[in-house]
Parts: sequence; structure tokens; C-alpha cells
Amino acid sequence: MKVYDIVIVGGGPAGLAAALTAASCTASVLLVDDGLQLGGQLIKQTHKFFGSSRQFAGIRGIEIARNFIHEIKKSSNIEVLTQATVTGYYEDGVLTILEGFNGNRLIKVKPKRMIVATGASENMLPFTNNDLPGVYGAGAVQTLMNVYGVAPGKEVLMVGAGNIGLIVAYQLMQANIQVKAIVEAMPSIGGYWVHASKIRRLGVPIYTSCTLKEVRGDEKVEGVTICNIDKDFNFIPQTEKELNVDTVCLAVGLSPLAELLWQADCQMAYISELCGYVPQRDENMKTSNDMIYIAGDVAGIEEASSAMVEGQVAALNAAASLNLYHKEYSQIKQKLKRQLAQLRNNSMCEAITRGVQKATIKKGGDYVYSR
Amino acid sequence: MRIQKHPILDFKHGEKITFTFQGKELEGYSDEPISAALIASGIKLLSYSRKLKRPRGFFCAIGKCSSCLMTVNGIPNVRTCVTRLEEGMVVERQ
Repeated sequence: MKVYDIVIVGGGPAGLAAALTAASCTASVLLVDDGLQLGGQLIKQTHKFFGSSRQFAGIRGIEIARNFIHEIKKSSNIEVLTQATVTGYYEDGVLTILEGFNGNRLIKVKPKRMIVATGASENMLPFTNNDLPGVYGAGAVQTLMNVYGVAPGKEVLMVGAGNIGLIVAYQLMQANIQVKAIVEAMPSIGGYWVHASKIRRLGVPIYTSCTLKEVRGDEKVEGVTICNIDKDFNFIPQTEKELNVDTVCLAVGLSPLAELLWQADCQMAYISELCGYVPQRDENMKTSNDMIYIAGDVAGIEEASSAMVEGQVAALNAAASLNLYHKEYSQIKQKLKRQLAQLRNNSMCEAITRGVQKATIKKGGDYVYSR
Repeated sequence: MRIQKHPILDFKHGEKITFTFQGKELEGYSDEPISAALIASGIKLLSYSRKLKRPRGFFCAIGKCSSCLMTVNGIPNVRTCVTRLEEGMVVERQ
């Protein structure tokens, strides 16, 4: 059975950043992703990133992913497995992976350390006929459009006016697909105003205190009924409105994909500011299991920019715990801490900052640099 | 339906290949998942649920929701959203 210094589960922004940092600490790395290609949410992000130049401001997600993947290919101590699903981490330290066509081949490896960077998945919304073909997650629509150049439909109802709903609605319009309306259950738009105003300038109505009641169609979406709701989320009678659409896009929040952490018996906590059950961790991104670190959305729903920083923190410390120190361990550790604080230092991130504080159990030690 | 023009993206596809869906020959690209090729051909209904026979389609695109499962080359329960399309694949609703 092959032994690796660090196995990274998930090749999105957190996993990619972690892989390069781990390799720069001379760790042997296996990076596993269950998609067709590495990149996670980055490869579908056509918008330009915010923040400072350190956080790739002004660069599109797809470019960032391309650069990471290029560096990873060049590295001699990173092995990559795609279309491979990690299915469990067991008491004897074995990690099982299914790969090949439909996962017909079982691989077992022994990681000295693991970084779980599995990200998140889209939430479902209850409404009549929510299982009809044509009801898609917003992330799924983004993948179809931006990665594969496939139009999900011709006329879309977007459910949710958070950043994902607003951004994907804009990207649909860019792909020449009509967004008939955006409905948002809360009384105000949740996403950044810069995204909302772009969409409004294109003439797309955003109805707040409004939600999707029912979808109609013969074996596929053909029309929807939206309805206003009161402050207790009850439908207000006689406020139904019918729209003809062939696609419904759900952008009603993400939840961390934390199954591996549950299965490995990590201490978990329900933290609403982080959007669900997340593993408790120290400042080094280490969970209650000394072998397992976390990074990215699985640690709490946030953004790709913070995912990339967390990936570096996890890898830097996972490597250090194996006595594989980066030459500038202390400086980099401080720098990353400052970057995360800067990323979270705005009014929209107050909840996330609170959530992260609740999720952090004890101060992470500085691994002693010994020679 | 394929997106022809885009203000930012320039879609570089793999080679064009053929496969069958319910016995009918369709075209797709070698670097895309099976369900993307189906949706591009206007096929949204991927299978029916076991008991109530409700029509099912694509949903999460990351292999987590089980909505896109189809029988491929005789093998059932293939996650068509994270399985690469191959030349000559036989894809069927299950």
C-alpha cells in the first residue's frame, strides 16, 4: 500500500493551493478529485476576483485554476488522481478510493496526513414538482455553460438573490440565455450590490419577499408559479404570478460536504454562520483528529479567495507536523493569518468571522522548528 | 443546445465523437461528461424513478445527488454528470 506524506481530498481552490504549498515543503502529495478535471468552482468562474493582487484581484477564476494546474503538473512530488472518489478513512489509517469507470477499481493508500477540501453542495428547496428535469442547481448551470459551453435552456427563473444567484444570472445573460426573473425569499437582496445592479441594468426583475411555489410541465419544466411571502414565510394569497420558463435555477445556499469528517469521527459543530455542520479546528486548520486538516468551503461556506489561503495554512502546518518545514514557516504563517483577516474584514463577512471564531477550539501551536 | 458565441469564453472542445442514446445516434465531445452531451442534444429526461416513475434529470453536476444516474454500456447507476463521454458509448434511461 502506497504511503504519502499528505493526501488532499478535493482539487478545488483549497486543494490546489494546498497541493502546491505541501510540495514546496518537500512533502509527497496525492491530490484526489472526483470530477473530470481539477479546478472545482474556479473553472466555472468567469468573473474577476475582488481583493488585492495577492488574492488574484482582477483575474478570472478560470485563469487562476489554469495557473495552479500548470504548476502542479510541473511539480515532481504531486501525484494527481481525477474521476476518483475518496470513500472512507479508517482507524488503521487506510484511505479508500474508487476510481475507473463508475468507480469499478478500489485503491487503498496510507496518508500520514490528510487535508479534506471537499467543498460544498447546493441546497434543495421544497416546492411542487421540484424533481422535474429542468430544475438545476446554480452551480450545475454554471458548469454546463462556462465549462462545457452547453445552454441549460432558453428561459430561466433564478431562485435566490445571494451572490451565486446574481452572478449566475448575469452569466446566463452573457451566454444569451434569458433570465425572466430572480426571486428572493428574504425582504432584501443578499448579494453584493455591484452584481445586483449589473443584472438590473439588463432589465431582469428581482422580486424580494417572493419565492417559487410550483413548477409545471409534462416531464420537464414548462412554467412556474411564483408567490409573495410574508415575514413568516407563508404564501400571501392572490399574489401568485405565472411565468413561462424552461429552466429553474436554485441558488438557495450551500452546505459543507463533510461526510468524510463525520466518518473519521472528527468533532463537529452546527454553526449557522458557516452554513451547517463543520469540523471544529484550531488556527492551523487541524481538526480534532491530529491526522486530518481541513480547508475551503468544507470548513465553512465562504469564497474561493479564502479557500486558497486556508489551503495554504492547512498544508504548511500539516507538513510542519511531519517535520517538513517550509524555510520561512513563521513568516508565511503570519502572512496567511493577515490575509485571512483582511479578506474577512468587511461588513458582509461579519457572520463568517463570528462563525470561524465559534468553530476554532484552541489556539494552534507553532510547531517547533528543530534542526 | 450549444452556446455559439460568448463575450469572454472561447470553448475549446475535444474531438467530436458519436454515441447512442435509447438506440439513437448522437454527437458529443470527448472531454465532456455524458449528461452535458445529452443536454446539448436537447435531452433533459435522463431516467425515471423506481416506484413512482417520476421523470428525472440533471441537478447538482458534482456526482452527489443521484438524479443523473443512467445505464451506460449495460452498467446501471452510472453518474452521468461526472463520467466522461466515450466513442460508441451506449447510454440508456433506467
